[in-house]
Amino acid sequence: MKALLELFVGDPQADRAVPPTGMTARLTVFVAAVMAFLAIISLALSGSAGRVADRWADELAQSSTLRLPSDGAQADALLVSALEVLQTTPGVQRVRALSPDEQQALLEPWFGPDLPLDTLPIPQLIEIIADDDGYDAEGLRARLAAQVPGAVLDDHTSWRAPLLAAASRVRLIGWAVILLIAAVIAAMITLAAQASLAANAQVIRVLRLVGARDVYIARAFVRRFTLRAGLGAVGGVIIGLLALQLMPDSDGVGGLITNIGFVGVGWIWPLLIPPLSAIVAFVATRRAAFARLREQT
Amino acid sequence: MIELDQVSYGYGDTALFSQLSLSLAPGSFHFLTGPSGAGKTTLLRLCYADLQAMAGRVRLFGHNAAHLDRDAVALARRRIGVVHQDCQFLDHLSIAENIALPLTVADRAHEADGNLQELLSWVGLGPQAAQLPPQLSGGERQRAALARAVIMSPDVIIADEPTGNVDAEMSQRLLTLLVELNKMGKAVLIATHDLAMIRSMKADVNARVLRLKDGHLTQAGADL
Repeated sequence: MKALLELFVGDPQADRAVPPTGMTARLTVFVAAVMAFLAIISLALSGSAGRVADRWADELAQSSTLRLPSDGAQADALLVSALEVLQTTPGVQRVRALSPDEQQALLEPWFGPDLPLDTLPIPQLIEIIADDDGYDAEGLRARLAAQVPGAVLDDHTSWRAPLLAAASRVRLIGWAVILLIAAVIAAMITLAAQASLAANAQVIRVLRLVGARDVYIARAFVRRFTLRAGLGAVGGVIIGLLALQLMPDSDGVGGLITNIGFVGVGWIWPLLIPPLSAIVAFVATRRAAFARLREQT
Repeated sequence: MIELDQVSYGYGDTALFSQLSLSLAPGSFHFLTGPSGAGKTTLLRLCYADLQAMAGRVRLFGHNAAHLDRDAVALARRRIGVVHQDCQFLDHLSIAENIALPLTVADRAHEADGNLQELLSWVGLGPQAAQLPPQLSGGERQRAALARAVIMSPDVIIADEPTGNVDAEMSQRLLTLLVELNKMGKAVLIATHDLAMIRSMKADVNARVLRLKDGHLTQAGADL
C-alpha cells in the first residue's frame, strides 16, 4: 500500500534526482495513447460484433420454421394438422402460417417481384415462436412424422452454430488484440526506459556513490514511466470514445457497423485501460531498471 | 572500520599493486601520497567498494566487501563521505541540492534544512546555493564536494585531491574542517600531491603519511 501511495504521490526530491528526458517522455505518452486508442476501438468492435451475433443467434434460437409439402390436394388438411400439432406442443408460444404475400416477399430477392406464386409448387411455411424454455425438437419431429407426413422442422440449429462460433471467434480475436497491444506497450516502454537509463548512466553512478540503493534509483524511473503510460492511455481512451461517438446510430441490418461502442458492464473496459497500461508500464520499467542497474557497476 | 588485507589490483595484465594492507581505524588520519599513476585513486575506490579487489580482502565496517550485496554496499557508502577528484555532481540540480543528495537518497531529506545552510556558509557557498554545478569554479565545486561528503556525518571521510583547485586560504579551511571531524572520531584518508600541505598539517593532527609507489605502500620518511 505504501509503495502504491509512493507511486502516485511520489517524492519530489527523489524525482528530481533523475533529469527529465524530453524525447522518451513524449514517446511514451504518445505510444500509450495510440495503444489505448487501438484497444478501445478493438474492444468496441469485437464487443459490437459479438453482440450482433448473439442477438441473431438468440432470435434464431426462439424461432423455427415448419415446412409443409406443396401437395395441392392435401395442403389445407396438412396445414390444419400441423397447426393442431404445434399448438398442443409444450414450449411453443405462438404459431403462424405465412400468408402468400409473406412467402412471395421471402422469395422476391431471388426471383423478383412478379413471381406467380399460385402457379408454382411452393411449400407452405409456418413460423414457430418458442417460449423461453423452448420445445423438444426431436419429440415434435416424431409427432409431425406421424401426423403430418412430409413436414420438415427447421429449428435453425445449422444457422445458429456458425453464428455462435463467429461470435466466440470475434471475442477471441478481440482478446488477442488486447494482449498484443499490452505486449507492444511493454516492449515500447522497456525500450524507452532502457534508453533513459542509458542516457542517465552518469546520474546513476553519482547516486550510487552517495549511497542510493537500487530501489531508490529504479523508483524514480518506474514512477515516471508508469505515470506517463497511464496519462497517455487516458488521452487515448478519451480520443477513442470520441471517435466512437462519431459513428452514426442505426438499427436493423446496419447495426453491425454502426452501433459500435460499449453497453452495460462493457463500459468498465474504457475505465480499466489506463490503469492496466500503467501496470504494464510499471512491470516493464521495473524489470528494465533492475536489469540495467545490475549490469551497471 | 575499513581494512585492506593483502589486496591486489590491476588493469588488464598490468598489476597496479599487490598484497597491499591498510587499516582505517576510528579517529585515524592518513595522507596518501605518490606519483601520478601509482594507484592512489584506485586504492581509494577499493576503500568505498567502487572496485572489487582482485586478490586479498577488503572489509567495510566488519563485513567482507566481496560478500556484500548491492544494497549493503549502498548502506556502507552512507557511512563513508567521499570527495572525488572530479567532484561528480548532478549538473541539473542546484549546488544545495547536490550537497543534500546523500540525505535525500537516504530518505532523510528533512534533516537537511539546518545542516545545509550551516555547511553552505561554512564552505563559503551560501550565495551560490541555487546555482548549478557547471556555473561554479573548480574551487567552488571542490568545496561543495567536501560539504556533500560530510553532510551525513560519516564515520570515514575519503578525499581524492580535495585541495587541488582551491587557494591556500580555502585549502587551509577545508583541512581544518577535516581535522575537526577527525577529532570527533571520524577516520580521514586524503590522497594528495601537495606535500607542503601535509607538512603544514603535521602540527595540527597526528597523521600517518603513506606513500604508494611501484605497487608498494610504505610509511613516508623524514623527507616530510
